[in-house]
Amino acid sequence: MGTKKSLVSRREGAEYDEEEVSHVPLKAILLADSFASNFRPITLERPKVLLPLVNVPMIDYTLAWLQSEDVEQVFVFCCAHSDQLISYLETSKWFTQPNFLVKIIKSTTALTVWDALRTINYENVIHEDFVLVSGDTVSNMPLSNVIKEHKDRRKKDSNVLMTMVIKQSKPSPVTHQSRFGTDELLMAIDPCTRQLFYYQENTTHSEEFISPDKAFLTDNHSMCVNNDKQVCYIDICSEEVLRLFDENFDYQHLRPDFVRDLVKGSLLDDIMSYKIFTYEIPSSYAARIDNFRSYDTISKDIIQRWTYPYVPDVQFHRNSATKHERCGIYRASDIDQSRSAEVGPFTVIGNGTKIGNTSKISNSVVGESCSIGSNVSIDGCYIWNNVTIEDGCQLKHAIVCDGVVLKSGSVLEPGVVLSIKVIIGRNVLVPAYSKVSLLQQPTKVDSDEELEYADSSSSITYNPSSSEKLDMVSKDLKTEMMESQLCTASEVGSDGAGFIWSIPEGSLEGEWRHSVAPIPPEKLSEISQRINAELYINQDRSIVPASGELEPDSISDVSDDTDSDKDMNAFFEKEVDLTFRRAVHENTDDDTVIFLLNQIRMPLLLHAEDCASALFYSMMKLALDTPHSSHNELLRNVSSVIKKWKNVLKTFMKTIDQQFEVILKFEEMCSESMKEYSRIFVEILHLLYEKDLILEDAVIRWAIEKEGADESDKVFVKKAEVFIQWLKEASEADDDEDEDDDD
Amino acid sequence: MDFQVVVLAGGFEKNLAPLVSKDIPKALLPVANRPVLSYVLELLEQYNLKDLIVVVEGESAALSVGGWISSAYVDRLHVEVAAVPEDVGTAGALRAIDHHLTASDILVVSGDLVCDVPLGRIGAAHRRHDAVVTAMLCSSPVSGPSDSGASGGKDKAKKPGLHNIIGLDPTNRFLVHIASGAELDKDIRVSMNILRTVGEMEIRADLMDAHMYAFKRSILQEVLRQKETFQSLKSDVLPYLVKSQLRSELPTNGVHTEENGNDKDGSDSSNVMLSQLLANACTQSFHEQYGLGPNGCAPFSRKTHKCCVYIASKSNYCARLNSIQAFSDINRDVIGDANHLSGYDFSAQNNIIHPTAVLGSKTTVGPQCMVGEGSEMGDKCSVKKSVIGRHCRIGSNVKIANSVVMDHVTIGDGCSIQGSIVCNNVQLQERAVLKDCQVGAGYVITSGSEYKGESLAKKY
Repeated sequence: MGTKKSLVSRREGAEYDEEEVSHVPLKAILLADSFASNFRPITLERPKVLLPLVNVPMIDYTLAWLQSEDVEQVFVFCCAHSDQLISYLETSKWFTQPNFLVKIIKSTTALTVWDALRTINYENVIHEDFVLVSGDTVSNMPLSNVIKEHKDRRKKDSNVLMTMVIKQSKPSPVTHQSRFGTDELLMAIDPCTRQLFYYQENTTHSEEFISPDKAFLTDNHSMCVNNDKQVCYIDICSEEVLRLFDENFDYQHLRPDFVRDLVKGSLLDDIMSYKIFTYEIPSSYAARIDNFRSYDTISKDIIQRWTYPYVPDVQFHRNSATKHERCGIYRASDIDQSRSAEVGPFTVIGNGTKIGNTSKISNSVVGESCSIGSNVSIDGCYIWNNVTIEDGCQLKHAIVCDGVVLKSGSVLEPGVVLSIKVIIGRNVLVPAYSKVSLLQQPTKVDSDEELEYADSSSSITYNPSSSEKLDMVSKDLKTEMMESQLCTASEVGSDGAGFIWSIPEGSLEGEWRHSVAPIPPEKLSEISQRINAELYINQDRSIVPASGELEPDSISDVSDDTDSDKDMNAFFEKEVDLTFRRAVHENTDDDTVIFLLNQIRMPLLLHAEDCASALFYSMMKLALDTPHSSHNELLRNVSSVIKKWKNVLKTFMKTIDQQFEVILKFEEMCSESMKEYSRIFVEILHLLYEKDLILEDAVIRWAIEKEGADESDKVFVKKAEVFIQWLKEASEADDDEDEDDDD
Repeated sequence: MDFQVVVLAGGFEKNLAPLVSKDIPKALLPVANRPVLSYVLELLEQYNLKDLIVVVEGESAALSVGGWISSAYVDRLHVEVAAVPEDVGTAGALRAIDHHLTASDILVVSGDLVCDVPLGRIGAAHRRHDAVVTAMLCSSPVSGPSDSGASGGKDKAKKPGLHNIIGLDPTNRFLVHIASGAELDKDIRVSMNILRTVGEMEIRADLMDAHMYAFKRSILQEVLRQKETFQSLKSDVLPYLVKSQLRSELPTNGVHTEENGNDKDGSDSSNVMLSQLLANACTQSFHEQYGLGPNGCAPFSRKTHKCCVYIASKSNYCARLNSIQAFSDINRDVIGDANHLSGYDFSAQNNIIHPTAVLGSKTTVGPQCMVGEGSEMGDKCSVKKSVIGRHCRIGSNVKIANSVVMDHVTIGDGCSIQGSIVCNNVQLQERAVLKDCQVGAGYVITSGSEYKGESLAKKY
């Protein structure tokens, strides 16, 4: 092997080291397939590692870094769209670098990391420690230290299996996800040896406690539990990893399955006491593009030069010369920018791009040979190559792939992804978080994430036989679409082309979590409120001390001032409203709603009537929010809402006192926050009476109570006078009848 | 330091029988020939803490402790001895003396603590963070048989016992988790909320709660009043404060105005200013950040309070005399490795023989030994790593090793005492052999008898 020889000669000059005599080249396995579908629909047409990240395909970042860290052999494992990847690599410079051997291992059937590592094991090319990275990793960390640490450990203990690179990254206290959009990760690490004891991804957010295994403490005295670290998906592995993967069918993925099991297993079984260690990088950069949010975050990090030397103005691949200007603006040499166009901070403009008059671009990446019309506004977007954006378009936080055409006046809301060669019609508004592709959405959608990985039948991409067929199919599809403008064209305008993928049920949550767009502030405040509510619910349950019980009035004792009472009521009302809205939206059954409401009520030590009032308020608000044009329609809204939820309401207003409280609340609403109801006050009161929600005694008591009140307070009593009179007569009649019966 | 100090001196602890008897409460057990309580009192005196309340369980114990204190410290310390009923627990004891507490901060110390930890640092940590409680943690003592001469014992790898599981924040300044006692047998349950807030928590099993706490008085009284069932500071009050630190129910923030009710003379505002200055000087702790809520605006202002720790360095000595084993260990250490605590000057042979002690010919007293005032020993005796009290009469050919012999003990010729504790007024007749025994006060061991690993006490 020519590379090896030249390497030896290079080393000859270096210091003579006994261990270096039998020099073992450092090998790396690069997984050029993420085995996930986070980047669909784009990945249906192109492998993820070839997606441009600040105008450079992701795999080039990884390869450039591996090369600079003296890795000599890289085994690129590819599966989906392997042809595209191979042809890209063949034309790239990577095959011709000295001391850098890139070998492609191709599989057509691999669906998981397990398949991939098994295939590599059969190739029989790795017999020593190796670096395992994924092809979508951006890093500039030095590898030598971590490899040395790993080897030193292995010399002492042959059971050392892996050293995971981790990095400090505190998840947001609100969303519990890191800035890379990944979920909170819990690890327990020995502070001295850095051995990993505990590993848990995807913690459910409601979990109150974690219980790391105590047995570790008997040997080690201390361990660090943390949730402010991230794995970088760079691992130094011993060759046993390959063997273990081969033997065990349970491990589909390296993380969390494999790591979690090993960490646990190292305790239970002496024979299999493999150990995993961690290595925290202090300052250098390492991150993996896992979803659209990390795509956004990492792009920004690249533009802000955290990844130096892998930044746009350094040529580490065949990119064209780009100049770095102040404010983080990068401009390629050949740009046709109108004088009145504005390029804002932290923006990259690729070669051959035209920008029309008065267009504004900020915080964005624009690829090569794009044509941007005039009066276009682009903010926080990733625009790839050969994109045409006509006049007057507005783009915010969107990803626009190669060859997309935006006809004039179209608008992309935050979080939109337009896959390759989509055409958006004139004046079309693409709603937030939409994904538009020329390919139709695979029909079978599994919301379960585990299945999503393994599920091959539904994913056209990974279907082995169709991998090549797919390109043809998609071509056919495209041409067809172009020609006939199929029925779906209406989705993106009459002159557009593309399908809007529907968001699978239940993953709506995930959309904003993992989107390129920043999390909308109202979402944040909604979650933080929920967290607060949960805290108050949990408070009582978890804090009951070993030998004492919380006195019920201890809270009110402390917060005796009325301000906090008011705060609490407002908070409570808001919570009830949220819960109710959610129940309406998700059509929750009555018992669940009652349970949820009680969960909010109990910890705040509020009574049933408070809940009834708050709930009634929410119901009326809902009725009011439902579109209506006249009072009659409003009344109809009210009656339908009450009809639907009367059982729930009923549970909180069983006694006369509670009903009385609700009437008072209603009166207050009519005179203050919802004046619309003042006209139909009596009708609604009657409705409540009819539905048995309010008994006549409550109404009569209300009337009596109000008798002595000011004139201004009596407005509604007067309105209801006829009704009250009628009730009184009815009850007297009842009494009479009773007396008759007695006789 | 203007802390008010409460010394919890205990009473007649049953687990220390036969060492503790009706004549000698726990606080007066001798460590290197002086009562264990004197170690705490002298440590306090050293840091100029002279205003003390010594709480003793039981009237008779209070009488004897009070008698000793007034004789020994009459003009040095201002000590008030308070008797509380037995079995009220540490929290109950504080509840009982509630009306005596006046200073803004209270230092609660266990009377059985033998340590040389800088108290000033604890006070500083407490004040600096405006903490509701600051606990002192020390390394778990290495327990295990004292080197009793048996060869097997030495090879055994000694492991510190598990006393507490303690969670600390990354700066090692705040206590975020604590489990002690019965909780140790259960799984560790770390609150996610606290973990999310601190980001990283170090869980340690090699630290022990040394039962020395600085409390904010108003908070302590509030908690004791609210939670009537709380028995113990260590296993109820402290865990409660730690658990509730991010959702405090305590009136922490209004404390300053309420606190200084008794000295409202302008020092009020300067106090507030000082604490603000201090707060600005150090970086925000996780409590403040959490208190602001996400985005800096919570719908409720989240109340927090701080639980600080002071971790004694490994070079400090810190042990509690709360078991018979600990009694032997502490006696061994105070005349051995930690002899600076004893307050005596050791001779060139690394031992202390009182000038009035009389040693017979060919009698050897080895290093790390102590022979008290007026004791007499016959010929050809050998003493190794042991403490011998005052006015003992020891015959000839007696071997004493790794033992504690208290005052007025009579030992006949040819006795051998190993790894044992012999209390006051015990009489050992000729050729008695003790190995790993505890002998209660006034007991008589007949001549020629042999005991091994037994606890002997007079029946009352």
